[in-house]
Amino acid sequence: MARDVLITGLGAVSALGVGKDDLWNALVEGSSGVRPLQRFDPSGMPCRLAGQAVDFNVRDFLPKSYRKATKVMARDIELAVVAAALAVKDAGLTTRADEGASPTMPPNRLGCQIGAGLIAAETDEISRALAASTNPDGSFSLERWGTETAPDGRVGAGGMNHLPPLWLLKYLPNMLACHVTILHGAEGPSNTITCGEASALLSLGESTRVIQRDDADACFSGGAESKLNYMGMLRMDLAGRLAHHTESQDGTRVLMPYCDSSGGLLGEAGAVLLVEERAHAQRRGVTPYARIAGFGAAQTSGCPLPTGVWEPDEPEIERGLADAIESALRDARLDPGAIDAIVPTGLGVPSCDRRERAALHAVFGSRLPSIPIITLAPNLGNCSAGQGGLMTAAAAMALRHQTIPSRIQRGTPAPGLDAGPAPARKASLRHVLVCTTALGGQNAALVLSAP
Amino acid sequence: MSERRVVITGAGWVTPLGMDLDAVWQRLLRGDSAIGPVQRYDAGTFATNFAAEVSNFSLERMMGPSSRPYLDSGLGIQFALGAASAAMRQAGLGQAGDGLAGIDPRRFGLYMGSGEGSLDFDNFVAANLAGWTGTEVNGSAWARAAYQRMSAKRELEQEPHIVLSYVSRAFGLRGPAFNCMTACAASTQAVGEAFELIRHGDADLMLAGGSHSMIHPLGMTGFIRLTAMSTRRDDPSTAARPFDKTRDGFVMGEGAGMVVLEELEHAQRRGAHILAEVAGFGSTADAFRITDIQPDGLGAVAAIRRALRHAGIDPQQRDATGRPPVHYISAHGTGTQENDGIETKAVKTAFGPLAPEVPFSSVKSMLGHLIQAAGAVELITCLKAIETGMLPPTINLHTPDPECDIDHVPNQARDVRPLGGVEVCLSNSFGFGGQNDTICVRKFRG
Repeated sequence: MARDVLITGLGAVSALGVGKDDLWNALVEGSSGVRPLQRFDPSGMPCRLAGQAVDFNVRDFLPKSYRKATKVMARDIELAVVAAALAVKDAGLTTRADEGASPTMPPNRLGCQIGAGLIAAETDEISRALAASTNPDGSFSLERWGTETAPDGRVGAGGMNHLPPLWLLKYLPNMLACHVTILHGAEGPSNTITCGEASALLSLGESTRVIQRDDADACFSGGAESKLNYMGMLRMDLAGRLAHHTESQDGTRVLMPYCDSSGGLLGEAGAVLLVEERAHAQRRGVTPYARIAGFGAAQTSGCPLPTGVWEPDEPEIERGLADAIESALRDARLDPGAIDAIVPTGLGVPSCDRRERAALHAVFGSRLPSIPIITLAPNLGNCSAGQGGLMTAAAAMALRHQTIPSRIQRGTPAPGLDAGPAPARKASLRHVLVCTTALGGQNAALVLSAP
Repeated sequence: MSERRVVITGAGWVTPLGMDLDAVWQRLLRGDSAIGPVQRYDAGTFATNFAAEVSNFSLERMMGPSSRPYLDSGLGIQFALGAASAAMRQAGLGQAGDGLAGIDPRRFGLYMGSGEGSLDFDNFVAANLAGWTGTEVNGSAWARAAYQRMSAKRELEQEPHIVLSYVSRAFGLRGPAFNCMTACAASTQAVGEAFELIRHGDADLMLAGGSHSMIHPLGMTGFIRLTAMSTRRDDPSTAARPFDKTRDGFVMGEGAGMVVLEELEHAQRRGAHILAEVAGFGSTADAFRITDIQPDGLGAVAAIRRALRHAGIDPQQRDATGRPPVHYISAHGTGTQENDGIETKAVKTAFGPLAPEVPFSSVKSMLGHLIQAAGAVELITCLKAIETGMLPPTINLHTPDPECDIDHVPNQARDVRPLGGVEVCLSNSFGFGGQNDTICVRKFRG
């Protein structure tokens, strides 16, 4: 018999606060976390607004014995670790992290699929080391970077020793999941999916399959990432994903989903959910937020990489997104007509939004204008691997509260999509679709149903 | 509904010993080492100044004229496309640009465990030096230099999922697409998860594997600082010594391995040649420490047991021919002190009294460690073992280590055809941070 998968815990840390209630309240009230960027000096960047996460101290979320490990935690890892701690607490699960208490679950039945991005080396750390290995003319010397005497007698100056011994471990993408598994004693199946904005939804899909096939009873799932650093922001700008030279300090006038005058902004977030098999959740007496009723994924073949990376054969429609949604609906045994609300990516990047909208239209046809769209990017920016986790958490909260949160963008999307500015409102919600497309054309969709 | 079975119908690789499936296999059986001084950059003063580099690689040769849009891409992407072309050709699924021989592209997915794309090292360094004031980063100066020097193509290709965009575009795949980064376990994990997607019905075919090159100054630096690599600078070709008492770390390799996984009936309907059946997959986490493996190898044991349970195999029960139920294990076998001892312990725990009779070798002794690509390449060696009845050796194994006292197929390939050949293999991969993945393949018997 098929095993049913529920969402029983939500953990989120983002520009809208710490914890699911901060996130949900801000979405309902219509607040934005987009502000002038503080984390690094963006003066040379064409875009200086971002959804930087609120201040938090990762040590507050760690058992005492683990606090030393914060030295090897890049920002992305901190976001994941905090979100995971919030998720287990929200789910009422006791894990190894609760020192002295006995864990709720056998370790081998707890899995972990946390999506991640490529973690950029901290620029000051690497620059300081590189600068210690230069020639008299200021250019970099590989010879001086080394530590030994070469066979031909040239002598290394040990530049690389300016990097700490565990430097690499701070930046491996799988360290998000590894720290979480170690902290919480999760010895079940574990993975790190790195597919840009689609990472978290793909991870949630994989966690769902892991539980369905009885390889685990519960999993940490979701994603975390921060591209609020020099390399991260540069790459997203080179990808054509950032608004340029905006004088506005108001993100809601910059990032306006489905409006042609819009531009993209970055954010950072950790969003980890606890997904759990129904009977297991029932035995614990926990109240689920939602059921993961369907999952689908697909690639947009011929998906354009922006800025001339290859000859554009840019499809007018994000075909893979339509395919992923249709697969998720089939998996949920639902018709498109059953969907009561949609949480799409809505990045505010006009070319992406156009293709996304066309895909939604391909699936939902003439009914599309009557389906409320839930947007998060105007409040948070694009949080990359964290985004899908936030979107899924918002969908789960919408189902619990039977509420469509506010939409705060200031633009007016072309008719045909219920995505313009609107206050929060009550709605009768049974099935909510969450769907996303990554830079590069990886698509994923989840259907969440009332539990 | 009967359980969906999954078979492998194509395999391709790009390795430091070459690109041709059979030629590389012959070299592995001969015990050739691909390891020598680093040619790609000046590594003279590096504590590890040797590696197993891919040489004489030509994507054009592997992929034909449709390689043209990709010839100026980074190595990781080119390796992936080359291995994918070979796998698709062997599977009889057409080449890039040809279409998919009538297969619904939405049922054909892609699951890779590829590493980050190739770093644009010189420009990365120049931007960082330009931005460094001596005490801090000057954002304007950094950005000025970075925008002047760095290209969208090189930068985006470093994002680990972009390889999916390239491979899917080249072959017209439109099914589920994933990339995972579980360090040295990644491409085993990718094949395993792809197997599960087909079993569940999310796809009928999956191209799966991984691609990676860390042979650049910062990639090597990361592992040198961790003291994970061999520093046997005076004798590179014997530096990779898995299971030998004198082992002092792994040797970096690079490359790609890709396989075509296919639902059995789908493969049979189109008359595909079946290389082997995927019988089971196990993924676990040590949940122990980010720097150390669980000392008893319990996470590895659990991964092996999960894979064998899926396959319906009891590791401590002899098969009908009286042999242990697994005829070859492709070891993770990195050549670090820690891994090899603990992995041996894990195999002993899993197989109990039968462990000494299970051949268990590491081709990393010859190919080096292909990091995220290692698992897929090693899985392909299992396919070749099943096909030929030959086992590749662990070379450079001359000083026995009491901690690694089972059968590591030392120095000489072994012909096991007289014993009945190879029916069942395991391939182990373990990643930094405690990621354990084991895949079980067996000869297809209808």
